[in-house]
Amino acid sequence: MDTLLLSRIQFGANISFHILFPTITIALGWVLLFFKLRFNATGNMKWMDAYRFWVKVFALSFAMGVVSGITMSFQFGTNWPGFMETVGNVAGPLLAYEVLTAFFLEAVFLGIMLFGWNRVPGWLHTLATFLVAFGTTMSAFWIIVLNSWMHTPAGYEVIDGVVHATDWAAIIFNPSMPYRLTHMLLASGLTVAFLIAGLSAFRMLIGDRSEAVKNQLKVGAMMGALLIPVQILAGDMHGLNTLEHQPAKVAAMEGNWETDEGVPLLLFAIPDQEARENRMEIAIPYGASLILTHELDGEVPGLNDFVTEEGEILHPRVAPVFYGFRVMVGTGMAMLLLSWAAVAMMARKRTAEDGTRVCRGADGIGRPMLYAFVAMTFSGWLATLAGWYVTEIGRQPWLVQGVLQTKDAVAQVPSGMVLSTLIAYLAVYAVLTVTYVLVLFFLARRASKGERMRNFERPRSGAAVIPAE
Amino acid sequence: MTLFGDPAIWLPIVFAGLMGLSILIYVILDGFDLGVGVLFPMARENEKDIMIASIGPFWDANETWLVLAIGLLLVAFPTAHGAILTALYLPVAIMLIGLILRGVAFEFRVKAPEEWRRFWNRSFFVGSLMTTLSQGFMLGIYIMGLEYTATSVAFAVLTAACLTLAYAFIGSAWLIHKMADDFQRRAVRWAQRALVGVVVGLGAVSIVTPLVSARVAEKWFSFPELMLLAPLPLMCGALIVLLWMALRALPTPDDRWNWFPFAAAIVLFTLAFFGLAYSFYPYVVLDQLTIYEAASAPESLIIILFGALFVLPMILGYTVLAYTVFRGKAQALTYY
Ligand code: HDD
Ligand code: HEM
Ligand code: HEM
Repeated sequence: MDTLLLSRIQFGANISFHILFPTITIALGWVLLFFKLRFNATGNMKWMDAYRFWVKVFALSFAMGVVSGITMSFQFGTNWPGFMETVGNVAGPLLAYEVLTAFFLEAVFLGIMLFGWNRVPGWLHTLATFLVAFGTTMSAFWIIVLNSWMHTPAGYEVIDGVVHATDWAAIIFNPSMPYRLTHMLLASGLTVAFLIAGLSAFRMLIGDRSEAVKNQLKVGAMMGALLIPVQILAGDMHGLNTLEHQPAKVAAMEGNWETDEGVPLLLFAIPDQEARENRMEIAIPYGASLILTHELDGEVPGLNDFVTEEGEILHPRVAPVFYGFRVMVGTGMAMLLLSWAAVAMMARKRTAEDGTRVCRGADGIGRPMLYAFVAMTFSGWLATLAGWYVTEIGRQPWLVQGVLQTKDAVAQVPSGMVLSTLIAYLAVYAVLTVTYVLVLFFLARRASKGERMRNFERPRSGAAVIPAE
Repeated sequence: MTLFGDPAIWLPIVFAGLMGLSILIYVILDGFDLGVGVLFPMARENEKDIMIASIGPFWDANETWLVLAIGLLLVAFPTAHGAILTALYLPVAIMLIGLILRGVAFEFRVKAPEEWRRFWNRSFFVGSLMTTLSQGFMLGIYIMGLEYTATSVAFAVLTAACLTLAYAFIGSAWLIHKMADDFQRRAVRWAQRALVGVVVGLGAVSIVTPLVSARVAEKWFSFPELMLLAPLPLMCGALIVLLWMALRALPTPDDRWNWFPFAAAIVLFTLAFFGLAYSFYPYVVLDQLTIYEAASAPESLIIILFGALFVLPMILGYTVLAYTVFRGKAQALTYY
């Protein structure tokens, strides 16, 4: 295999591994702040329990995010030097601002947030929690600005093949940024909602019926039910924006070969790029036109428009974009179904001992639905990865749309070298991802069974505890 | 923009300075927690937790200085960034995997089932060692002008060992400050041994650099410049002697001087760093690429500079806050 392909696989593997953890930390930081504020306000231990459990998950996810992120920042130099040499004048300041305004903030206050509870005044601890959550969101902001700019570049001019910034406001608020940022932040919220619901359902299934766990299940399910309609709406608007700026990508997402009016929405098909047609189509008539133009006979771009006279193909590979899009939307629909069904179950009334009618709450959720939540624990990861694959593969062959092609940015490192590092990274990532998932369930089981194992409830103790100053 | 003269002249210098500063801060700060990782197997089983507790709240922020340094290299000197990182492709990958292994070990060793604990302890040590060795190796290759010849690799192997010992030294100096009683006494002994490695390393680099580059030799041994450089080795020598004496006297009964080795280590690292920077200037890649040839467009650098001047003091401020909150002897870490 050649260096270009290997480097692409390596970059894709690294960023896919990395994004798993920011997706969790971005929203979980805010959820922890919410738990803490509820505890401060009500003094109810169930909020404290929730905080204690989820802060561990946060710490673990954060560490994974940090170490994989450091790998990311070296990748630009080791594998894609052409990227910085060409668009460094735009990408550089954005990355620098991310480090300066986000990474230091979150990394420094993380220590106080995690270990400062009994060392600093309560308000400072709350502030630290806020700053960490704020920092992760800022970091998402800057990196999404850069990524959106790569999809819809604006505010620049090209002099001697090098991009120079002309208008920073236009660069930052480039056309796709608001959509992409909203969609990503909501994705993070949904990932966390289903993670919380899934682990809580798991704890209920192994017999933990405590107030705290039921409360967490409720928080997770409600959060999911609230966010998913917004996400579907945001996704639809995102798609319209893409139609305007990257029609080839939309054609691939829809699997539409010929530009036409009244195009059906394909629920399933097997796109065949060689024959330039689909096999085994299952479709809703006029669907695609309706969704993309909001008119039954609206015009939808076709892939054949993006082939030059000489037969050079200027659209992305169809299959991964097409399937990726369906996996994401399918997962979104499953989220909608499950979370709304759960809310409906929780809202059912029963008669309490004193004769009043009260909501059943998490008790209203039966075992089958608990199993469904456990199955959906990592559904956010699935949809997020699928979404990013659609976006990024859909941009190919461009690295920066219309400015720089991926093949022109790659480093001339011998392919054997890239292959060896790729294998090493993949091995490490596979082991760590599996361990991470196992440890989450292990933590959940331990929290429920209440095993107060030595060394565990007081993590990292073992030496004599010297009282705080 | 012309207020201070031509920005194409002074901006690269400012950015080389900022980058140097963050590399120096990185080497000092992550140096001590990597050093603690390298020393990890020397601690007894019941001491391991408190050892980790002494660096637990800091390591993440310490590593961020590496991200800043590499970020500044990337944004200010994109050509050099590509040249350096592709030449150091393999050692960089080893370092990154090392950083991953040790970073996740902080969490997994206490959160995963107890049976796995030895594995994660080992991963913490091995990861730290991979990181320090590969950083030292990169330093060596970098000094040798990014070329792989038998001599340069041999030299890089030497710097790899010496930088590891230097980190072990600053790590044990940190432990002298953070630990008490028997553990503190043993940390003093570790520091003594590692100091020998530091001396060898400083010597090796000082002998080899002028041999590799005629320009550096010229800069070091020709007349007026000699006077500029001379205080550096003299101060280094004096400091090492002082440290040696201090380490023999520590820990004092009232534990008043426990901070001294760490403070001295900081000064020593800083002096060594200035020596290197002085020799390299104005090159980013020795005798091949100057900071002026490698710099990005001034208008982008100004934007970053503006942000950096505004934000860096804040970062320093809250870093000090964090070190103040967790000052004093190390205590067990709990989440509440
Ligand atoms: C939408 C969110 C998002 C995306 C697309 C990325 N990151 Fe990230 N990154 C984060 C959101 C984030 C975060 C939430 O801020 C993290 C995760 C956990 C953490 O500690 O911070 C983080 C950590 C993190 C770190 C460690 C920071 C530290 O030391 O605290 C680095 C160096 C990077 N990232 C670099 C990158 C690069 C070079 C990316 C793209 C190519 C990238 N990230 C994509
Ligand atoms: C966080 C979620 C992201 C995921 C999951 C992701 C995934 C991917 C994938 C799968 C590719 C490969 C496309 C292909 O070659 O067929 C790719 C390409 C690329 N992306 Fe992203 N990406 C993400 C975010 C970003 C961000 C934030 C940046 C830059 C700031 C970025 C920069 C690049 C670059 C430089 C390439 C070209 C290298 C390549 O083709 O592999 N990506 N990405
Ligand atoms: C169900 C309705 C949804 C629709 C209509 C939708 C629509 C879209 C579209 C059109 C894109 C491609 C953007 C581009 O062209 O670059 C996209 C990307 C993405 N989707 Fe979705 N999406 C939906 C659900 C979800 C869900 C449930 C998640 C995660 C929980 C998710 C996460 C993402 C992510 C992370 C990306 C890549 C980043 C971005 O471009 O914003 N999506 N989505």
